[in-house]
Amino acid sequence: MADLLPANAPEAPRPPRPPRPGPRDGFLREVRRALRAYVLLAWTWCRAVAQYPMALSLLTFGVALSSLAEMGAVAVVFGHAGTLAGFSVYEGLLVYALAATAFGTADFLMGSVERLGEHIRSGSFDTMLVRPVPPLVQLATDQFSPRRLGKAVPALIVLVFVLVVCDVDWTAGRVLMLPVLVVSGVVICCSVWLLGGCLQFFVLDARQAANSLTYGGQALTEYPVAIYGRSLVRAVTFVVPLAFVSWQPALYLLDRPDPTGLPGVLRFLGPLVAVVLALAAALVWRLGLRHYRSTGS
Amino acid sequence: MPTHESTADGTATRERTAGETAADGEGGPIIEAVGLGRDFVRSEGRFLRRTRRTVSAVRDVTFTVRPGEIVGYLGPNGAGKSSTMKMLTGILTPTSGSVRVAGMEPSRQRTRLAREIGVVFGQRTTLWWDLPLRDSLTLTRHLYRVPAAVHAERLAELTELLELGPFLGTPVRQLSLGQRMRGDLTAALLHAPRLLVLDEPTIGLDVVSKSTIREFLLRVNRERGTTILITTHDLGDVERLCDRVMVIDHGRLAFDGGLTELRATVPTPRVLVVDLVAPAPAIEVAGATAVRVDGPRQWLELADNPARVIAAVTRQHEVADLTLREPDIEGVVSALYRGGRAP
Repeated sequence: MADLLPANAPEAPRPPRPPRPGPRDGFLREVRRALRAYVLLAWTWCRAVAQYPMALSLLTFGVALSSLAEMGAVAVVFGHAGTLAGFSVYEGLLVYALAATAFGTADFLMGSVERLGEHIRSGSFDTMLVRPVPPLVQLATDQFSPRRLGKAVPALIVLVFVLVVCDVDWTAGRVLMLPVLVVSGVVICCSVWLLGGCLQFFVLDARQAANSLTYGGQALTEYPVAIYGRSLVRAVTFVVPLAFVSWQPALYLLDRPDPTGLPGVLRFLGPLVAVVLALAAALVWRLGLRHYRSTGS
Repeated sequence: MPTHESTADGTATRERTAGETAADGEGGPIIEAVGLGRDFVRSEGRFLRRTRRTVSAVRDVTFTVRPGEIVGYLGPNGAGKSSTMKMLTGILTPTSGSVRVAGMEPSRQRTRLAREIGVVFGQRTTLWWDLPLRDSLTLTRHLYRVPAAVHAERLAELTELLELGPFLGTPVRQLSLGQRMRGDLTAALLHAPRLLVLDEPTIGLDVVSKSTIREFLLRVNRERGTTILITTHDLGDVERLCDRVMVIDHGRLAFDGGLTELRATVPTPRVLVVDLVAPAPAIEVAGATAVRVDGPRQWLELADNPARVIAAVTRQHEVADLTLREPDIEGVVSALYRGGRAP
């Protein structure tokens, strides 16, 4: 029977294998590989959805329209109230745009993580685990679609617009801090998404509960948190540190004292909070993987 | 078909001539499980009356698999087959004991191990549902970092062997079960794994697809020396493919040895179902005993060559139809567990 395959016979016994990584593979190399896999998987998904260009463009347009409408709603609220907690319309929009940019970008990058429970139930998470790519990368890129840019891009445009319109004292420090604060916000949001997703390792139907944290958090950070009660402000500062996504950065950019009376140094802690939260999320993810029980069959 | 010994020996020679080092377990067993166990904690009752109960899916399983073997891993549903497979592939972390696959600890080095093994789940696909098969396979090439030229060559070979040509451009969700399974096998083999783990690969397939896949697996094993571990409920798979079987029941390894040895341990006679033209008293022929009579239909347990029994029966009675029933693997296993009595 072997002679049915003469062309490949010499190669067949032991095909060459790529060199195996050493026992101590560099961490940076791992990260680079994971990023490359992310781009590759995301690109493949994009190509798959691009087979239906009409559906894709309509959906993207729809998402963009609804996020612009939300921002319009903020303007209407402020337009009626004049100021809220001492914030003018444009300042309020700044808070909103910071939050929407961070959440939109996080959703773009990691939104699929919330479907972990579905993957566990259907068993497709098992197949992610037997591929030589970090499962988090596969989970985050699952069903990746450019349509998700419909949230982040309008928010970013409004952010730029508001920053121009608002009376921001552009010192060198502010110019340098702005991207740091935005990135920190994105990292915080990604971490919250991931933590919400990880919840489903332990409670399979936790998606709705997790959504109260992710989407609920988004709604919360879109307005100056000073309009909420004192205990809620503390909760979003110290327990689930969402205040560092939009509220504290806005205070910093506008050079305002904190109307809720919390120390002014907090506004500089955004990056630190982001790092700590990201580490916590990574730890919980690893813990979840170790405790993963798979499903029957 | 070559015997098991020659296959194993041939593989071993190839392993050595390939000049691979024995340092990472290449020379030793490819799978080594010692006292492997997995418990699950189940919560029962509701709220205040909730109790936690520990259920052992796998207990104290010890075995080794040498490179080049084809091993059948059998057992009834819920016996712990899948749990063992999941521990071998790193999906589940064992709660006790240890396991090494290709010299690695699966749950800790899962991603690295993934490059050395190919996994096929019969019940679900490892391909990307919405992508055409070809794109799925290209993606697999990138993920496993197979050089383009090597990939093209292997894909051409596998396309020919498994006749993938007509549906390479079809999205995976539109493939028939048999096509999808062939696609899955291709994806699992493109990176030339040393170990192929198959979880019920022929489930739900028709006879032709089954036999295509069996012949293909035999060939992969023979020509590449790929070790194959397979779970199945199909005795045909076992008879055609496996020289060694392990039977697991209630989480424990109940048997580990050759197929003939398994049959010898557990006498499970084949059953001849005879449909007579008219109802008759129990048939009495040499080499068979009637175990059941239901109108014109009779069940004969065979102790002798079926051809001889059939000849004897047709001499004595007018027969409308005959069916020969093979004992299924569940029967063998449950008989093994009930102390050698036939089911």
